[in-house]
Amino acid sequence: MQYENEMKIEFMSKSQNEAFARVVVAAFVSQLDPTLEELSDIKTAVSEAVTNAVIHGYENGPGMIYLACRLEGNETYIEIQDKGKGIEDIKQAMEPLYTSKPELERSGMGFTVMETFMDVVEVRSIPGEGTTVYMMKRLHSV
Amino acid sequence: MNVVCTMEKRNMIIKIQGEIDHHTSEALREKIDKAYERYNAKNIIFDFSEIPFMDSSGIGVIMGRYRNSSQKGGQVAIVHLQPQIERVFQLSGLYKIIHRYETIDEALKMLQ
Ligand SMILES: Nc1ncnc2c1ncn2[C@@H]1O[C@H](COP(=O)(O)OP(=O)(O)OP(=O)(O)O)[C@@H](O)[C@H]1O
Ligand SMILES: [Mg+2]
Repeated sequence: MQYENEMKIEFMSKSQNEAFARVVVAAFVSQLDPTLEELSDIKTAVSEAVTNAVIHGYENGPGMIYLACRLEGNETYIEIQDKGKGIEDIKQAMEPLYTSKPELERSGMGFTVMETFMDVVEVRSIPGEGTTVYMMKRLHSV
Repeated sequence: MNVVCTMEKRNMIIKIQGEIDHHTSEALREKIDKAYERYNAKNIIFDFSEIPFMDSSGIGVIMGRYRNSSQKGGQVAIVHLQPQIERVFQLSGLYKIIHRYETIDEALKMLQ
């Protein structure tokens, strides 16, 4: 059966909204009856991308974060965008353990977590303009 | 998030109730470090039984506490991991430096 649904929200770049964002996405995806494991994979990946927008994109300063989620058949597409500082070297940024902020006790594992928990992770970024993370997960429970 | 630190000799047992992300990790870090100094603790045991969610921010918190405790010759252990967090742990390579036990009693027995 063909299924389709979509939602978009925007919220301020504040650490309080990390939990908000992952809960909203989980609530939206729940209509597909995912397993608990699939749901927690998605929540963790969303948390990573939103946290990166807050810490790295806007460097804990003001800004808006744009989140879109689309359900298509058994596929969940998630897009998380900031209009912050952008990434110079995306390949390096996605390497496990690479972090530009070790002084904040970051471990450099955010992108690795996203890539492990989702089926597809793509990053587009322009220095000075911002970053968009595209992710897709196929739900086997559907 | 609720954090309770209790001492058992020089082992500090940290029981956290709530989710660990970037937002909650700042207060968590501060609470742990204060208690660690005040009680002159050496080893740290994290009780994960009431932590339903943790992302890579938690990895940073645990690595940082590992650094502090190794300076005092101490060790870090975790008990009662939930499956979601177990997978974040496996990815992070934390098991190379952190011990995992089934119960607090077992951790207390193994840590010197
Ligand atoms: N939205 C973003 N805007 C600008 N830079 C980013 C963004 N997301 C990631 N980066 C860069 O990519 C690096 C790696 O990100 P990743 O999430 O893997 O690790 P981290 O955030 O540094 O640490 P962790 O996620 O483990 O706490 C970051 O240190 C940062 O330099
Ligand atoms: Mg990150």
